[in-house]
Amino acid sequence: MNVSELLSDHTVRVVVLGSAMIGAVSGAMGCFAYLRRQSLIGDVVSHSALLGIVMAFWIVYLLTGQGNRSLVVLMPGAFLAGLASLLLTRSVVRSTRLKEDASLGVMLAIFFGSGMMLLRYLQRGSPPIPGRSGLDQYLFGMAAAMTRADLWMIGVVGAGVLTVMSLAWSRLKIITFDQDYAAGLGLRVDLLEVVLLALIVMGIVIGLQIAGVVLMISLLVAPAASARQWTYSLGRMVCLAATIGGVSAGLGGVISSIGRSLPTGPIIVLLVTLVFVVSVVCAPRRGFISRWQRGRQIHVD
Amino acid sequence: MSELDSHDVAIRCENLTVTYGAEPVLWNVDAEIPRRGITGIIGPNGAGKSTLIKSVLGIVPVTAGDTQVLGSHGGPLQGDTIGYVPQRSTVDWDFPTSVFDVVMMGTYGKLRWFQRPGKLQRDETHRALEFVGMEAFGKRQISELSGGQQQRVFLARAFVQEPSVYLMDEPFAGVDAKSESSLFEILRKLSDEGATVVMVHHDLIRARDYFDYVLLLNRRLIAQGTTEDALTPANLEKCYGLESDSILIEAKH
Repeated sequence: MNVSELLSDHTVRVVVLGSAMIGAVSGAMGCFAYLRRQSLIGDVVSHSALLGIVMAFWIVYLLTGQGNRSLVVLMPGAFLAGLASLLLTRSVVRSTRLKEDASLGVMLAIFFGSGMMLLRYLQRGSPPIPGRSGLDQYLFGMAAAMTRADLWMIGVVGAGVLTVMSLAWSRLKIITFDQDYAAGLGLRVDLLEVVLLALIVMGIVIGLQIAGVVLMISLLVAPAASARQWTYSLGRMVCLAATIGGVSAGLGGVISSIGRSLPTGPIIVLLVTLVFVVSVVCAPRRGFISRWQRGRQIHVD
Repeated sequence: MSELDSHDVAIRCENLTVTYGAEPVLWNVDAEIPRRGITGIIGPNGAGKSTLIKSVLGIVPVTAGDTQVLGSHGGPLQGDTIGYVPQRSTVDWDFPTSVFDVVMMGTYGKLRWFQRPGKLQRDETHRALEFVGMEAFGKRQISELSGGQQQRVFLARAFVQEPSVYLMDEPFAGVDAKSESSLFEILRKLSDEGATVVMVHHDLIRARDYFDYVLLLNRRLIAQGTTEDALTPANLEKCYGLESDSILIEAKH
């Protein structure tokens, strides 16, 4: 089967398009996490989101008697749990002597631990909940399970995130660069901070279906870290990271549908990691080769 | 100590107490900083100098007491009241942005949240860069600046706000002597044009030349007044403790 035949296949088209949108959104939001030196919140949010996913599934089952695994149901749960883990981390840091890394670790343990417990309970409980099989695909991601409705959800949420990002661009830029100064200007830094965290959390939970809670951090951080190597303005960095994320994820979708039993999530992760390695080695000025050459020149001079 | 007339006061702190955890950083500070002129906030490391500035800006929670800037009480400040110049080391100078963009951030306070800076803001930015002598560096990456140049960029960013009060946190830290004196010339010019310049300073050398007015701070207010009156060996010893002999000798020059 050649690529054009492949792309005319309905399921493949949904997966490729959905993955590309996810890659672009999480790539863009990853830049802010990366520049705030908060890349690791990606790991905490994605793991914490598992609790929100199974809670949402459970609540909807209790209300309707039916299990529903569509993103429209699960994504709000994932978002709330992910954001809650970050806001709780902040209040722990402010009200105790715990440092940020330790607080993040504690939140990850609490949220992911309870998420795993509830997941196993729902999966093994009897009578079996209809529609429960496949709930654990959120651990490692399962792009092939993407439906048309999921695609719409991803598109709407992704467009919303990017729209808010571009509208509030100046504000997000200044609180990422210099929060104290922004507060001194009279800007409402606390509110802006929650908005930015909410956008980053969206950029993470949107991708859980393809990358899963374990691999999601690489989809957030690798495009941003790669883009930083090549560009010197925040705007270009965000555009480039979105492109790297989008193209890698789309390509990952294509590759996984060519080969049999190739998982989409890990392929996408390997692709963005490849881009990252190339960027670190080859980028002009910041790249390893360029710096090594300059170092040698200074030596010769 | 001279009592100032209330309309001559730029910044007033009343019984200001700030604690981090259980540890008091500022204890019952009653201070007045006059309008116009250059005021130095002087004291050893850990004396709460930066905290004093930050409580005036309203960016650290105040445990007790009150601060006023130009007669209006603490709370959300207007963008054109205070031009804050934070310590250089508080930001990531490897951030992907240009000198021009950083200076233009000074205009953001007057823009709505969805607005982007336009021609007016760009013109103001050019003027500010010119004022600090950095107009040739607008397109430069901020990672390519020297310490003194970074400090000028921060000063230009505050200048764009056209504030009445400049609050500066250690503007001369890590800046070579030549840059320091040219920076100080700029500050003198601002003060001559009617602005109030307040800076945290921990180095006593040249304090006598720099400041019209000083606050000596070591968690508590040790002394305040004109440099002549307040920067006395006795006050310095109270502020810096026993090891201040060498500092005193230097300060006398």
